[in-house]
Amino acid sequence: MDLRSARRIRDDVAAGRTSAVEVCRAALDRIHAVNPALNAFNLVDDEGALRRAAAVDARRAAGEPLGPLAGVPVALKDNICVRGMRTTASSKILDTYVPPYDATVTARLEAAGAVIVGKTNCDEFAMGSSNENSAYGPVRNPWAPAFAPGGSSGGSAAAVAAGCVPIALGSDTGGSIRQPASFCGVVGLKPTYGRVSRYGLLAFASSLDQIGPFTGSTEDAALALEAIAGVDPADATSAREAVPDLRANLERGLDGIRVGVPRTFVAEGVDAAVRRAFDAALDDLRAGGATLVDVELPHAPYAVPVYYLVATAEASSNLARYDGVKYGYRSPAAKTHGLKAMYSRTRDEGFGPEVKRRIMLGTYVLSAGYYDAYYLKAQQVRTLLRRDYELAFERVDVVAMPTSPIPPFRLGEKTGDPLQMYLADIFTVSANLAGLPGISLPCGFAAGPDPATRLPIGLQLTGRMFDEPTLLRVGHAFEARTDWSRTAPSL
Amino acid sequence: MPADLTIADVERIAALAHLELTDDEKRLFATQLAQILTYAEQVRAIDTSGVPATAHVHAGQRVERDDEERPSLSVEDVLANAPDASPDAGLFRVPRVIGG
Repeated sequence: MDLRSARRIRDDVAAGRTSAVEVCRAALDRIHAVNPALNAFNLVDDEGALRRAAAVDARRAAGEPLGPLAGVPVALKDNICVRGMRTTASSKILDTYVPPYDATVTARLEAAGAVIVGKTNCDEFAMGSSNENSAYGPVRNPWAPAFAPGGSSGGSAAAVAAGCVPIALGSDTGGSIRQPASFCGVVGLKPTYGRVSRYGLLAFASSLDQIGPFTGSTEDAALALEAIAGVDPADATSAREAVPDLRANLERGLDGIRVGVPRTFVAEGVDAAVRRAFDAALDDLRAGGATLVDVELPHAPYAVPVYYLVATAEASSNLARYDGVKYGYRSPAAKTHGLKAMYSRTRDEGFGPEVKRRIMLGTYVLSAGYYDAYYLKAQQVRTLLRRDYELAFERVDVVAMPTSPIPPFRLGEKTGDPLQMYLADIFTVSANLAGLPGISLPCGFAAGPDPATRLPIGLQLTGRMFDEPTLLRVGHAFEARTDWSRTAPSL
Repeated sequence: MPADLTIADVERIAALAHLELTDDEKRLFATQLAQILTYAEQVRAIDTSGVPATAHVHAGQRVERDDEERPSLSVEDVLANAPDASPDAGLFRVPRVIGG
């Protein structure tokens, strides 16, 4: 069974051409066949998934209305809560955590008829760009197992790329949906900040975190986002903005679309294969009727330092809650060395190196004497970066950049140098800082280690605040003109 | 200033963050944090006089609601995840702080 189109599965289930249980079995079979090689899942809930699928079939049999994702198997990044389903954020400190509540996206997916099949591996607390910071081991890239799938939502990207599920949710704080989508050759959509409720998402950096879908197509991305978007009383930062029909615009093509290209910003530090794919993608957009316009984002080169100051500051505060009291791991030192040792040993033993590094960095930039120089300064430059985009969007409808300056790299290649790993986020972090929606679309391949292997490359489009319809429209037109989205890894 | 961070600096930050680091971690972080902070220094050269800070992008949105009672998670459900709890008393249990 082809598990690559959510829309087709939904239509087939609704029409009775297949059942939700059949689809679910196929998804579970596929997961169990490929997961030993990929390590994309932290948990597969066979029994629960089949039970939920049977409930969808029962509703159909009873003639009850079916939701827009009826019978569609969905995987969730393991930092999104599902009541009763272990949720770890790929951290030892939450190894035993079973949420007593559903995230809002979880409840909305289930209300739409989706069948949650399991939780995907990720970088610990979503901190990383390679999925190598997971307490449960790295995910492998379905295109080339020795290579990183990207991060932090590497498991979700790999699960969709490998044809396990047509939709997986991830979270994107500085590129954690778009970059793994690029590395795994799938569509990854980071919605506008506030478009999707963060309630039930284990917090990393609250002013930047946003949940969004990985899919095989822009059509499915629209379908998934429609199901999860919208204001939520449980998240004060969720936006009241009405959610438009995201599929109505898809077929409108590229006529009249102005694509901004920040030529100066993307001129340096971009791998030759990425450069070629990016230039070819711009040619495709122009050939399809779009107008290319040069734009300037003068503060974009500062986005990485601004991001790592703001995100780590917020993380150091958010992760203070993991102290061995309320949930998860508690150090045995609590028994012998008292309360303070319980806190500090629990956190040293429970967190991995990257999480500790970021807590330390964030604590430093928030500490007395450094707050103004680093944290406040970064927030001011964040304002300047937002203004850069506002000016650009007076002249263009979307801004195009490569998603990542480099193609997928080998597992282990960058783990020794955190700063080098951070620099690879250069093209994705600014959308989070400015709160803008962004999408990564497959746009080509770099040569792999042998002639049979290819490594995916992604085109990133950033849009105006709440203008996901235009992003999806341009993405859909690009997809229709090229074959990249219809190419799957042999696995 | 951050071009070199001493072990004492690292220990001070770790204490603020309630992290008891090993000696190896302290040495590693002293180097790595200094590198990252040195790189981040470049933002200090940007003229931001009169520029307001962005804490988050929808800061203007009003989010007040009526203060009404609503159902919440049950104490039993919440305590179920605790490493050490006293469900009968409805409490998390921690090492003795006073009079121990």
